[in-house]
Amino acid sequence: MRIGILALQGSYFDHQNYFSHLNIETVLVKEPKQLEEIDGLVLPGGESTAMRRLIDRYQFMDKLKEFCNKKPVFGTCAGMILLSKVIVDNPTHIGVLDVRVKRNAFGRQVNSFEETINIEGIGNVEGVYIRAPYIELVGDKVQIIGKHNDSIVAVRQDNILATSFHPELTEDYKIGNYFINMIDKHKKEE
Amino acid sequence: MTNTGTERVKRGMAEMQKGGVIMDVINAEQAKIAEASGAVAVMALERVPADIRAAGGVARMADPTIIEDVMKAVSIPVMAKCRIGHIVEARTLEAMGVDYIDESEVLTPADEMFHLNKKDFTVPFVCGAKDLGEAARRVGEGASMLRTKGEPGTGNIVEAVRHMRIVMGQVRKVVNMSEDELMAYAKDLGAPYHVLFEIKKLGKLPVVNFAAGGIATPADAALMMQLGADGVFVGSGIFKSNKPEKFAKAIVEATTYYQDYARIAELSKGLGEPMKGIDISSLQPKDRMSERGW
Repeated sequence: MRIGILALQGSYFDHQNYFSHLNIETVLVKEPKQLEEIDGLVLPGGESTAMRRLIDRYQFMDKLKEFCNKKPVFGTCAGMILLSKVIVDNPTHIGVLDVRVKRNAFGRQVNSFEETINIEGIGNVEGVYIRAPYIELVGDKVQIIGKHNDSIVAVRQDNILATSFHPELTEDYKIGNYFINMIDKHKKEE
Repeated sequence: MTNTGTERVKRGMAEMQKGGVIMDVINAEQAKIAEASGAVAVMALERVPADIRAAGGVARMADPTIIEDVMKAVSIPVMAKCRIGHIVEARTLEAMGVDYIDESEVLTPADEMFHLNKKDFTVPFVCGAKDLGEAARRVGEGASMLRTKGEPGTGNIVEAVRHMRIVMGQVRKVVNMSEDELMAYAKDLGAPYHVLFEIKKLGKLPVVNFAAGGIATPADAALMMQLGADGVFVGSGIFKSNKPEKFAKAIVEATTYYQDYARIAELSKGLGEPMKGIDISSLQPKDRMSERGW
């Protein structure tokens, strides 16, 4: 199994370390054609506006949409924003996850926090929330799997997993294993 | 339990900036250009370093109006500078909600003995360093991000290269040395032992390290990435050039694709005149900002 990590900007090295701990081969994806070589894709944290500009500049968008429509994808923080269909006050990016998301929803950096929450089907998961988004509304096919107080911070929609927080900044590998299981299952069904 | 201002939250913020470009801006309009060009953050200033140099006198924290205007104009993080050791400027910026504070040698130091105790703050700090001793002291005080000092406002990359080479070389030395030798090396560098120990254990610096101070072209940005920078700060370079928007985009792309030379050639075409620049040897010692900090 090989996991690709979109490496245009952001915490892609942290994701690489995170999945190396789980003995998974990773590829830093900088070119659209690399999407053909991987079984699952991580969209890391970072600045969604900066990533979007590079996605457009190098004709990544169509290939990304195609990939996200058929193979397992995991978006964290900015990655969740990139996947969402509706972004409050911002244009849509990839737009495959049927949710309305709000950027910097918990406030500025001084309001950034860490917390352990219960994720359905996984258990308690440590997360670091950095100028994090949350989801305000979900479509019928979207399963809410984690909340911080009343805010939706983790969802699953078929082959797509998205979290507001950064598991890659922790040593809690449960959610990484969950994503690996998603890929395993998908490979078997293929 | 919800915890704010933890080491992970503060250092993690810098992790999200990696591979990106942080641009100096002096008003909302420039901030919007920076954001649209793909900057990962902006540094809100009253003057860019080249103009601080030209103006002389005491350089201080920017007028809060400018910082607030920039915060309102963009959705990316906003950084601002305070003087070295100026507790009240730092607390003021924190109260305004800026996302990152640069305790910066570009401004005139307020304290010639002590830097801020950055662990005391909820907001994270970035600090400059010329070598690993300085870098480790700043991390020991609680800096969550580092940058080379370079020589700001000169458009000359030579000092940034020197500082990055020195820091990375010393990190490699720590990583490869026997643990028996670590305390003596800590003494030589004037570095806190526990920070060097952490570097040895991790095999790298414990915080993100950007390049700053003299980056004037896309090739300069790519060079700093090759030398091991996690990202770049571009100060005077962008808005002192003839075509700021085109220039800003080119620097962002060169930072992402820093080993793709054909692409760097392509995006460097027709950028117009970069800032003129200053030969470092023509600077009087008192005018060298990189000498500030202890």
